[in-house]
Amino acid sequence: MASDAGQQHPLGIYYKIWVLLFVVSTASYLVDYFQVQGAMRWTLVLFFMVVKAGFIVAIFMHVVWERMALVFTILGPPIVLLLLIGFMAVEGAYTEESRFVYNGHDRDAVALTPADLHGGGHGEDDGH
Amino acid sequence: MSEAAVTENGPARGLEGMVDDWSADKQAYHVPWGKAMMWLFLVSDTFIFTCFLVGYLNVRMTTTAPWPNQSEIFALSFGGDPIPLILIAIMTFVLITSSGTMAMAVNYGYRRDKAKTFWLICATAFFGATFVGMQVFEWSKLIFDEGIRPWGNPFGAAQFGSIFFMVTGFHGLHVTCGVIYLMWVAFRVKRGYYDNKGYEIVEIAGLYWHFVDLVWVFIFAFFYLL
Repeated sequence: MASDAGQQHPLGIYYKIWVLLFVVSTASYLVDYFQVQGAMRWTLVLFFMVVKAGFIVAIFMHVVWERMALVFTILGPPIVLLLLIGFMAVEGAYTEESRFVYNGHDRDAVALTPADLHGGGHGEDDGH
Repeated sequence: MSEAAVTENGPARGLEGMVDDWSADKQAYHVPWGKAMMWLFLVSDTFIFTCFLVGYLNVRMTTTAPWPNQSEIFALSFGGDPIPLILIAIMTFVLITSSGTMAMAVNYGYRRDKAKTFWLICATAFFGATFVGMQVFEWSKLIFDEGIRPWGNPFGAAQFGSIFFMVTGFHGLHVTCGVIYLMWVAFRVKRGYYDNKGYEIVEIAGLYWHFVDLVWVFIFAFFYLL
């Protein structure tokens, strides 16, 4: 086998993807910085995550230029993981609900923040 | 070139048939064997990390204790008001930068530019080591300042610490191994070890490094942002 049979592409495409990854990472950081919440937060974060992961796998890891036999070996098996995620999400929701209903756990419990513990910040006293 | 022994009843059966099936010349992947093996390793590693993340999903859904607010816990103050997640953002940029230098190292490797390849791999390893250093800082802040332990924390759900330390620790271990692996490859490049063997090894090491970056993309989203 020729020793230079590997993946070789113009440097330009790497620079472009590199810049793109920076932009998308900044965007996903800004989602938190501006405290976007709710369904919009999930949509944006997951969208940026998939875009970043996709470009890393496709371009940096050269999958887009590989032969289909290898591409399916790489991307095929992880698809079953979606099934696992789905099953465990259903099971998790059921377990949580039963703990609320049968064990009487508090539905409205709120997490503390460092500001609550170290004083300062929120300026309100909640009984621990 | 040994073809599987074919009788009039089709291929040989039993033990002989099994050996024939596995040893006959059949090539599925037209890439260097090291690259195919690295990909198989990365696919298996994908399963490990996904199992961790699914464990996290399940634990976070089932616990009825409130989940700590990551945005405030991972905030860092530079003298003034704490900036949410700033350290994690910098770590993300450091890792992306290292991925870029690695992609260029692969490119210069195939051009047989040993000096540039060596320094680009060194830069990648340097950014990787920086990342691990920042992670050590992050962990020590969580452990000593915030009192987060694998078995509990002052903010909310006790599972937060165990799952956080396990997954980010396992990722940090990957980065650390990657830095060692890259330095090993870098010095072999410098010595001209791959002049005859070919420079696929740089691409293979690159695959591992990009995978580490890839895992961080998911950790960044699920542990820090959501």
